[in-house]
Amino acid sequence: MSASIDLAPEAPRISVLRRLFARESPATRIAGAIVLGFITVALLAPWIAPHDPLAQSYLRINTYPSAEHWLGTDQFGRDVFSRLLHGARTSLIFGLLSPAIAAVIGTALGVAAGYFGGLVDRVVSRLIDTLLAFPELLLAIMVAAVLGGGFWNVVMVISVAFVPGFARVARASTLAVKQEPYIEAAVAVGLGTPKIIARHVLPNIAAPIVVLATLWVASAIRLEASLSFLGLGTQPPHPSWGNIIRDGLGNIFGSPWPIIGAGFAITAVVLAFNVLGDALRDLLDPDIT
Amino acid sequence: MLRMFGARLLDAVPTVLLVLTLVFIALRLLPGDPALVVLGDYATQEQLVLFRAQMGLDQPLWWQWFAFIRDMVTLDFGESMISRQPVGALIAENLPYTIELTLAATGIGLILGIPMGVLAAVHRNRWPDRGARVFSLVGYAVPDFYLGALLLIVFALNLGWFPINGGGVAFWDRMYHVALPAITLAMVKTAFIGRLTRAALLETLSRDYVRTARAKGGREPRVIARHALRNALLPITTGLGLSLLATLSGSVAIELIFNRPGIGEVLISAIAKRDYPVIQGGVVVFAFFVVAINLIIDLAYILIDPRLRVQA
Repeated sequence: MSASIDLAPEAPRISVLRRLFARESPATRIAGAIVLGFITVALLAPWIAPHDPLAQSYLRINTYPSAEHWLGTDQFGRDVFSRLLHGARTSLIFGLLSPAIAAVIGTALGVAAGYFGGLVDRVVSRLIDTLLAFPELLLAIMVAAVLGGGFWNVVMVISVAFVPGFARVARASTLAVKQEPYIEAAVAVGLGTPKIIARHVLPNIAAPIVVLATLWVASAIRLEASLSFLGLGTQPPHPSWGNIIRDGLGNIFGSPWPIIGAGFAITAVVLAFNVLGDALRDLLDPDIT
Repeated sequence: MLRMFGARLLDAVPTVLLVLTLVFIALRLLPGDPALVVLGDYATQEQLVLFRAQMGLDQPLWWQWFAFIRDMVTLDFGESMISRQPVGALIAENLPYTIELTLAATGIGLILGIPMGVLAAVHRNRWPDRGARVFSLVGYAVPDFYLGALLLIVFALNLGWFPINGGGVAFWDRMYHVALPAITLAMVKTAFIGRLTRAALLETLSRDYVRTARAKGGREPRVIARHALRNALLPITTGLGLSLLATLSGSVAIELIFNRPGIGEVLISAIAKRDYPVIQGGVVVFAFFVVAINLIIDLAYILIDPRLRVQA
C-alpha cells in the first residue's frame, strides 16, 4: 500500500521526459544535448581542462588557436579554452543556486501574502509590484552597486532580481489553492496554520514554481555573465564567461578569441535552456509566462 | 480622462517613496561604519565625529530617512567624494547620451520589429514565420555585450565604418557615434518586439471583428492595419515599455563596450571607486526612470484604448 503511494509520483515524471524528447523535434534534442554537455563539462572541468585556467606565462601571450591551445591564449598567456571550461562551472553554480534561493524566499513571501491576506498581503504585494517594475539586470546592478562583489554577494544579487517573480506566482497560486475545499476541511478539523501551509498549500503550488525555476536557469546564467562583464560579478582571476569577455575587450587588439569563444558559449547554453524550457512549458502548460 | 491621469500620477508617489526607502535601507545595510568606509582606517576620532555631523549620521534614523527623501526628490545628490563635482551636474551631463542611445535603439527595434511580427503572423508557420522565430530565439540568447563586442571588432576595428569610442559632439557626429551601439541594442529589441507583435496580431486576427471586416470585402492590408494591428497595440505598448526598460539596463554594458559617456558608465566607474554619493545618485536616477516609464505606459493605455477610460 505505502509502496504504491511512494512510487506513484515517479510515473508521470518519466513520461514527461520521454514526451519531451520523443516528439518530432530535433531542436529539443539538440538543446538537450547542449545542456547535458554543458553540465558534464562544468562538473568535470578540473579533470578535462588541458591547462590550469590561472597559469600565466609570458612566453605564450596572445597566441592564435593551435593544437596545444584550442582557442589560443590571452594577454597573460592563460589558456582560453581551459578558462572557458572552468567558466562553465561558475555559470552552472550561479545558474542553479540563485533561482533555487530566489524560489525559497519568493515562495515564502508569496504564500504569506496569499494565505494571510490583509495588511501582510498589501505590503508584500506593493513591494512585489514595485520590484517587478525593474528589469532584472537593472535591479541586480543597483543591488550590486550597493553590496559590492564576492561570491555570496553575487548569489544574493541575482536571487534578489528573481524573488519578485517567484513571489507573484506563489501568491497567485496560493490564492487559488486557498479556495479549495481541502483547505477548508483542514481548518475545520483544527489543523494548525503552519501544518496547513506545509502539507496542503506548498505541495499544491509546487509545480508552477518548479517550472519557473527551470526557466530561470538560463536567465541566471545570463545575468551572472552580464554582472561579471560589468565587473560586479565573479572577480578575476577566477574565470567566468562574463569576465573572460571583459578581459578580452581590454585586449581587443591582442586576440579576439576569448570574446568569440566565451560569447558563443553563453549564447549556445542560454539558447539551449530556453528551447528546453519552452518545450517543457508547452508540455506541462501551466499559466505562467 | 484628466482625473484618471491624476489618479495614476498620485499612484506613483508611494512607489517613488518605497523605492527611495529601499535604497535608503540598502545603503544603511552596508557593512561597517559609513564614516570609516569613506574616511579610511586612519581617520582620527575628531574627523569621524565631524563627518557624521556633516552627513547627518548622528541624527535619529527617521530624520535621516526624511532628509534622504527630501534630498533625492529635490535632486540634491551631494558631491562626488573623488572629484568634488556635484553629482547632479555629473548626471545631467551624462544623461542625454543614455537617453539618446535608449531612444535610438528602441526606435530601430520598433521600425524593424513590428513589420517582422506582422509578416510572421500573416504567414504563420511558413518561412517568414520560421525565420523570425529563429531570429528571436537567437536574439534572446545572445548577450548584448557579446554582440556589441563583435560589432565593435568587425565594423569599427576591422572595417573602420564606425568610431571606436566616445559620444560625439555636434548633432550628426553624435548620431554617427550612437549608430553602432544603438544597432547592437536594437537587435535584441527587434527580436522581442517582433515576437510580441506576432503573438498580439495572431490573437486579434482570430477575432470576430476581423472576420466581419473581411466579410464586408475589406482588402487584406487594410484589415490587418486598421482592424487587427490597431487592436494589437495594447500588448505592443506593454512590450514597448518593457523594451525601453531593458534597453536602459542594457545601455550600461553598451556604454562600457563603446566607451560612451552615460549614466551607466558613471555608475560603473563610481562602483569601482566606491564613490558612494555618485552610486546613490546613479541608482536613484535609474529608479526614477523606471517609475516614469511605467507611468508613461499606464498613461499611454488610457490614450490608446478608449475602453479603459470608462472602466476605472
